[in-house]
Amino acid sequence: MNAIEVKHLSKSYADFEVLRDISFTIGVGESIAIIGSNGAGKSTLLKCLTRITEPSQGSINVFGDPILKFRTGALRRMRSSIGVVFQKHNLVPRLSVLTNVIHGDIGRLHNVSKFPLAGIRNWGQISASNRTRKKAMEALEMVSLSHLALQRADTLSGGQSQRVAIARALMQEPNMILADEPVASLDPVAANDVMSLFYDLCKNKNITLIFTSHNVEHALEYGNKVLAIKNGRLSLFKDSNSIEIKTLQAEYD
Amino acid sequence: MTDSPIDIDKKSELNNLPRRYKKISITRYFIYLALIVMVIWSFQGSQFSFEGLLDSTQYFKRFLGEAFPSIGILGENEHSITWKDTFRYTRELIETFQMAFTGTLLGIIFGFILALLSSKGLLGNSRPMRLVQETVKALILLFRTVPDLVWAIIFVMLVGLGAFAGTLTIMVDTIGFCGRFFAEEMEDVDKSPADALESCGATKLDATFAAVVPAAMPGLITTSLFAFEKAIRGSVVLGLVGAGGIGMSLNALFNWMAYDRAMVIIGMIFALIFVVEQVSQYLRRKVTQNEEKRI
Repeated sequence: MNAIEVKHLSKSYADFEVLRDISFTIGVGESIAIIGSNGAGKSTLLKCLTRITEPSQGSINVFGDPILKFRTGALRRMRSSIGVVFQKHNLVPRLSVLTNVIHGDIGRLHNVSKFPLAGIRNWGQISASNRTRKKAMEALEMVSLSHLALQRADTLSGGQSQRVAIARALMQEPNMILADEPVASLDPVAANDVMSLFYDLCKNKNITLIFTSHNVEHALEYGNKVLAIKNGRLSLFKDSNSIEIKTLQAEYD
Repeated sequence: MTDSPIDIDKKSELNNLPRRYKKISITRYFIYLALIVMVIWSFQGSQFSFEGLLDSTQYFKRFLGEAFPSIGILGENEHSITWKDTFRYTRELIETFQMAFTGTLLGIIFGFILALLSSKGLLGNSRPMRLVQETVKALILLFRTVPDLVWAIIFVMLVGLGAFAGTLTIMVDTIGFCGRFFAEEMEDVDKSPADALESCGATKLDATFAAVVPAAMPGLITTSLFAFEKAIRGSVVLGLVGAGGIGMSLNALFNWMAYDRAMVIIGMIFALIFVVEQVSQYLRRKVTQNEEKRI
């Protein structure tokens, strides 16, 4: 079984075609870097994979499931097993780090519990179960931020807050993480730290990682394969060992 | 003359002076004209006259004389206040505060629920949900647009004279106020954290309570404090139609033309409102400062 199978995927808004006939397959546990210039369709592609954006045509299978046929409930179950990390981190500013991490467990708890609305316990760390709190502290330990558990999220530095977002994604016990320019807002040192931590965590837990980046060095270093999009079309999909930096830079022309 | 660095007598360059006024279009001209006509027309309809104001000086003097009697006649006056009266007025003032507080609290709770239901796209975007949102929005509008005195008259009719009618009035008024502004605050919050939660399997309800409400909290608190200030001010006049509180005594005293006593009550009301506004203002400043410190 493959993590992702995309066939003939297209997406257009009104008469503007963002993605055109894109097909590719990603194996379980692989790490894929998506590159392409601004507006090429990277983010749209990523959003289509969890149907945050609805594709216009084509089919997408995620771990064998045809997700375009899912209705609300099934879609939510599917999403709860896929972690998403954003360029803007998207933590809730006024809440503690620990609460933000525990939020990652809301959807999962809805699914595994036999009680309806079980996940609402995870709205805050005050009401969450001890098991969940412990799990969240372990997730924070993995990104080495457990000492900031009760600090408010809006007091963190950029690198710290993105690591909290990664801990939140790990809380979902995901089999795949999608990251849209996860380190674009960080300084080069923090960006390298966060990216290598992110990569190591995913490799250790056999999580499939798909990330977009403008940094071609990151793409080669942390992607087993590189997928390039140019004007909405798939222009390159190759093993990163067999690619030279120059080839990738050419994708931006 | 020649030592001026600017030579304004240089004739040749004077043609390019900027225009003093902008040219206005015909429509704008008519809008201005209409505004002027409206001012005149409104003054006429409102019977505003300086003459009337000046003619009333003798009544004004009489009122002031009776409202602030000289110290000498204090004690022998028919209206002079005993300790018993003071206690009664204080009790009524406390009742006014209690009405305002209970009414505001209930209004905040129900207003919050209605705000959740009326905020665009907060709890859902399906067609039936949008219908609910529009309906609740109309309901809040109704609560807000009908003046509180009208609500008071209605509630006095329904539950009888007294503080309960006043409390219900303040509740409805606060629902209208908080319902609208809570909804606006929640709509204005940055939605990306909420979207992030939804994209990992949380429901709209989860995203609302875990991400939107916490982010909107400072705004919700300051709006609630404003609502309480408004309720304290509003609760005083509710007594005029019999809906409890110190306003009932005030009304009675005015009817008996006991202006000196009425002044005492107005002073007490002033003190209450002043204290509540100061405390509320202090708390609001605390809340906003607390937020600024973090950023």
